Amino acid sequence: MQATGLLRAGALLYARDLKLAFRRWEQVTQPVVFFLMVTTLFPLALSPDTAQLREVAAGIVWVAALLSALLALEFMFRSDYEDGTLEQLVLSGQPLWWLSLVKAMAHWTVSGLPLVVASPLVAASLAVPAAAQPTVMVSLLLGTGILSFLGAVGAGLTLGVRRGSVLLSLLVLPLTMPALIFGARAVDMAIMGDSSRGPLLLLAAMFILSLTLGPFATSAALKVSME
Amino acid sequence: MWTWFHKLASPPHFYRIAGKVIPWFSWPALILILLGLYGGLVVAPMDYQQGEGFRIFYVHVPSAIMSMFVYSNMAIAAGIGLIWRMKLAHAVAAASAPIGAWFTFCALATGSIWGKPMWGTWWVWDARLTSELILLFLYLGFIALRSSIEDPQRADRAAAVLALVGVINLPIIHYSVVWWNSLHQGSTMFKSGAMSIEMKWPALAMLFGFMLYFGAVLFVRLRAEVIRRERNATWLKQELAR
Repeated sequence: MQATGLLRAGALLYARDLKLAFRRWEQVTQPVVFFLMVTTLFPLALSPDTAQLREVAAGIVWVAALLSALLALEFMFRSDYEDGTLEQLVLSGQPLWWLSLVKAMAHWTVSGLPLVVASPLVAASLAVPAAAQPTVMVSLLLGTGILSFLGAVGAGLTLGVRRGSVLLSLLVLPLTMPALIFGARAVDMAIMGDSSRGPLLLLAAMFILSLTLGPFATSAALKVSME
Repeated sequence: MWTWFHKLASPPHFYRIAGKVIPWFSWPALILILLGLYGGLVVAPMDYQQGEGFRIFYVHVPSAIMSMFVYSNMAIAAGIGLIWRMKLAHAVAAASAPIGAWFTFCALATGSIWGKPMWGTWWVWDARLTSELILLFLYLGFIALRSSIEDPQRADRAAAVLALVGVINLPIIHYSVVWWNSLHQGSTMFKSGAMSIEMKWPALAMLFGFMLYFGAVLFVRLRAEVIRRERNATWLKQELAR
């Protein structure tokens, strides 16, 4: 017997997660602040020369965004796990893959999306030409999405584990390396003035793969962690 | 068939069988590896382009193949363990991981030693090398996840999920030389006519030697795992007392 339909349950969970996230405002702002600060370090450490910065800008933006999103990943299920909400979700009778998908989406909205919004500022500060800005945003839009869906698997597996955050990066980073390769390449090509269509399409394919398969792995991981 | 299967999964039975099977793997492995090394280092003719340096290929290619073979083996075992809740399958996956990690390390190390004189560099960031490095990280992540969860059954199942997610990397490594322009050469081993027979048989001997070696070490590790898990069982005390 299912009292609530899939979409309704998803919408409720999504709204709840957003409400909770915005009540703990610092959790939403921290990744963005981290993102801005890390990218500020590079011009200071390398050289303020715009031509040189432009050459490495793609890599800096992507690595910084990946690390900032990774920072927030740990909290995707943690508080729900600690106060027993996650157990209720598992027992709710709704398919767990659907709930994982919604939770990953909600997490992306509060941790990935702000990075995408902040990225033009960061890119401009690294002397990325205006013509390459759309590529920066689209690639990060896909990339943070991939990280949220793949990272959900890792976050589910490391629930209640000692030194969970270090372990989480050890598990998730190798899986996101392909996304980093194509994302940074797309931005790099756009900065050089080439068409970045190829790597962006591959990135989109990876996004779809993680979107469709990730939630199933996440629900398996959550079930393991809840036993 | 199924009774045989269930019998195999019972620890005492498995412990005895594994003990008997090990020499059947280890001796042929030793013979094949010695034979392959002799064939590869002494008998095989020098490569006309790469000179004597190509001989490292006899360790490099079998280790690289094994690094992927062991991973797929591990993932299949993890899948079986996850689906049928078979402890032995989880033990196979757990025992495979360190062996696979070492094969991966050997493939990377020998490739790097070969790369210095041939390509003029220890390392290039191209698709094949990078994806093999990611494979090493996947092995390390699997081992780290297992060791940081205290409850053994939870550790088994969590690591199994991770192993299955990592399977995505295997086709990427395998086809990386086909899909991308890479400094790494394509596969010559299974292309007919690309290698003369004197060059090929030692490589095949090494590959099968490595596989049997993997089998032998796997069973040794599995026996150790059985002893660890069943350390309080009476059958084990009787077995060890004999």
